[in-house]
Amino acid sequence: MPQEVKSEVKLNLEGLLCPIPIVKVSQAIKSMAVGGVLEATATDPGVLADIPAWTKSTGNELLSIEREGKLIKFLIKRVK
Amino acid sequence: MAKEDGVTMIIISGDMDKVFAAFSIAVGAAAAGKETNMFFTFWGIKAIQKGNLTGQSFLGRMVGLLNRGGINTIGPSRFNFGGIGRWMFKRMMKTHKIAPLEELRKTAIDLGVKLWPCETTMQVMDIKHEDLIDEVEESCGVATMLEMAFHSKATLFV
Repeated sequence: MPQEVKSEVKLNLEGLLCPIPIVKVSQAIKSMAVGGVLEATATDPGVLADIPAWTKSTGNELLSIEREGKLIKFLIKRVK
Repeated sequence: MAKEDGVTMIIISGDMDKVFAAFSIAVGAAAAGKETNMFFTFWGIKAIQKGNLTGQSFLGRMVGLLNRGGINTIGPSRFNFGGIGRWMFKRMMKTHKIAPLEELRKTAIDLGVKLWPCETTMQVMDIKHEDLIDEVEESCGVATMLEMAFHSKATLFV
């Protein structure tokens, strides 16, 4: 288990399909200060690959991504 | 051009499936902070038309009549069956809560994706700038597109 991180912004992406989850994530991250943490939940299995790819191409930090049944939860820290 | 890692896209197809893929990729690139430019040529120009009847000359008006309607009237490249396929895919996409093409295009515009109409297509098909949606850039040619492609990391032809 990753150590408990306090998120500043929560985002519900449940039911949304590609490319909308990354659009919402990018908009949420943009609205946050550098160092802030975004917590999101999604149901599209595509985000398991897409969120790590998005953080890699934007230079933000993926703190965790885990699947609990149908629900996928992830934490992203805004780095720049 | 400031950044050297943008995405340049050439949209030649006016089919629903391909235009959908094109806008999805553009939206994805823009969401990753990449400068994204889309060039619409030949059938692709329909994706940025308002949908009104176009043309001044006889042949231009014929093309305008045959190719009437905007982005919401385009059908899939396969299984269209005279419009039934379009209805079917739209319905299936709605079931999966996928936004219609027009909304995806709006998302692209809101994220700063630039839409460039091909001047030659507009002249050949007798399409005026006012027949295109208000958000498009000035019409341009292959040199403008290539200039952007030379400074991009990825160039895609749809």
